[in-house]
Amino acid sequence: MVTQAGRAAEAAALTDLPDAEGHFGPYGGRFVAETLMGPLEELRLAYLKYAKDPEFQAELDNDLAQFVGRPSPLYHAERWSRELGGAQIYLKREDLNHTGAHKINNTVGQAMLARRMGKQRVIAETGAGQHGVASATVAARYGMQCVVYMGAEDIKRQAINVYRMRLLGAEVVSVESGSKTLKDALNEAMRDWVTNVDDTFYIIGTVAGPHPYPAMVRDFQAVIGREARAQILAQAGRLPDALIACVGGGSNAIGLFHPFLNDNSVAMYGVEGGGEGISSGHHAAPLCAGRPGVLHGNRTYLMEDDDGQIIETHSVSAGLDYPGVGPEHAWLKDTGRAQYVAATDDEALQAFHELTRTEGIIPALESSHALAYTRKLAPTMEKDQILIINLSGRGDKDIHTVATLEGIRI
Amino acid sequence: MSRIAGRFRDLRSQGRTALIPYITAGDPQPTVTVPLMHALVEAGADLLELGVPFSDPMADGPTIQAACERALVHHVGLHNVLDMVRSFRDRDNDTPVVLMGYLNPIEVMGYDKFAAAAREAGVDGVLTVDLPPEEGHDLVAALKSRQLDPIFLAAPTSSDQRIQQMSASGSGFLYYVSFKGVTGANRLDVQAVKDKLVQIRASTELPVGVGFGIRDAETAAQVAAFSDAVVVGSALVNRVAALADKPDAIVAQAPQVIAEMRAAMDAMDAKGSVAAAN
Repeated sequence: MVTQAGRAAEAAALTDLPDAEGHFGPYGGRFVAETLMGPLEELRLAYLKYAKDPEFQAELDNDLAQFVGRPSPLYHAERWSRELGGAQIYLKREDLNHTGAHKINNTVGQAMLARRMGKQRVIAETGAGQHGVASATVAARYGMQCVVYMGAEDIKRQAINVYRMRLLGAEVVSVESGSKTLKDALNEAMRDWVTNVDDTFYIIGTVAGPHPYPAMVRDFQAVIGREARAQILAQAGRLPDALIACVGGGSNAIGLFHPFLNDNSVAMYGVEGGGEGISSGHHAAPLCAGRPGVLHGNRTYLMEDDDGQIIETHSVSAGLDYPGVGPEHAWLKDTGRAQYVAATDDEALQAFHELTRTEGIIPALESSHALAYTRKLAPTMEKDQILIINLSGRGDKDIHTVATLEGIRI
Repeated sequence: MSRIAGRFRDLRSQGRTALIPYITAGDPQPTVTVPLMHALVEAGADLLELGVPFSDPMADGPTIQAACERALVHHVGLHNVLDMVRSFRDRDNDTPVVLMGYLNPIEVMGYDKFAAAAREAGVDGVLTVDLPPEEGHDLVAALKSRQLDPIFLAAPTSSDQRIQQMSASGSGFLYYVSFKGVTGANRLDVQAVKDKLVQIRASTELPVGVGFGIRDAETAAQVAAFSDAVVVGSALVNRVAALADKPDAIVAQAPQVIAEMRAAMDAMDAKGSVAAAN
């Protein structure tokens, strides 16, 4: 049996990660071509310096307040809580941020870092287009050149976000290789970076990639959990019993989870894209059904075949349609500090409609996966227990997808 | 002494520079690979680099990406590549073979199991594009325990300290990536490579090969003038791609580009040895 002190020591150790080489247990690290090793070290040192720089932090706080619109509310969804008949549900409203999702917390931070490092050109990968839009937005604001790599398949599915990026002045490059989706966009962005590394800053959109990206993106997103923790203490006078967030690459989930890691009474649930169901094989749930491997600069759980080839993922939500996951989640899974589950496309759609009609909030399909698990968990809990859900994005971008699935033409 | 070290020793004593063609195993179909390997040796290859197809070749340009995709249509995995090397060894026990690829297929097979199987198949060296020495400790140990050479890539951005680290962990030869970019790009600056090689040689005793951007006989000869080996990938794979719908013609025609490079390099090496003798 693990002692209280043992658990506390383990939790304290979790918040100290990654180690100097970017490892979370056996995960993470820096698996890239040699050309990028020097630039990654330069980035790590710059980030280390500015993370402790009061002037940098003050500018970041100001931008988050005045440009992003933080703090985002923590909203008590009283009617939905009553209908589910169990725990009190609080929604962390990242959907109310500028550009409509949590992605902007990170792009504001990385763009500030790029400016201080003297890089005039930024590149990004995007799946659904949310991170691409958030990158194009900060590039427009700072007058930086911006190139966004997006899979040809995703460009077809997300025409409106492609146009948004172009309005903001970004060049959107269609990626025709491999499965023509997010993972291939990431490959292509890496190829651009290795070619233009002298003047280019690569804004990775999630807590994956080579060290220091998983730690740096987490730190920029941890504002979500810091605010939520203070807000729930102010509103309810106590910590929540559990946190729930969807996990694609995992940046919104880590952002919420990380500031609670030392609060041993707080359970954590990451919800992956279950697609047509785990047993169908058509899903995007590497933590639930994958195994460890190396892709995109880090060791983590992957969707792969017996030859080590990365396999295609399936999710109704483009933002979850990724075969890997941030290495810190891999370690939180192995240590048991967080639990990872999956919600199917159908379950997510049901939750999408339920929240829309019960609370007047249209959630992103990604966030709807977290809501789908909430529908299962909340009724099993007592009425005085508390759940915090990361409502990581708004559903405007998904209206066409939902309508099409229901046979409606807009 | 490993087959790779022996080959470099022999070439050095002859005053010749090694020519190392790269092909992706299974491109455009598995039956082409072993006959093509033999044909490349006949055309003048001193070592062979055999690419292990991977679904996400992050360090490769469009030419080798497409080669991987053609091979993966036939589900060519690491097991199949080892079978090809074993088959190649039926007729050629002298030419060193280096596997080049990404870490994940090796990770899935398991380092020790892979090293044993590679040794048994007749592989001599392993070059893993996305495995820098910092992360390579376990794989290097597994390879060395089976007398396989771990080959590292050095880049224009590599510090002296990193080159020393690669030199200590690696063996066989050191592969210098001639520019910042992906395979097959047209960015080769011969003078810049020459300057960097002076710096690299101060930090390693290993033979130094140069790859990325060697596109024709002229560039091969220019680079041969100051390197120990010239690695040719995309220029050859482009010939394979052009003949992809006529696989019978690949073995006869694709190696011509290697023969042309061999001739130009030998002329350069001969000129160099005359100059040295004078």
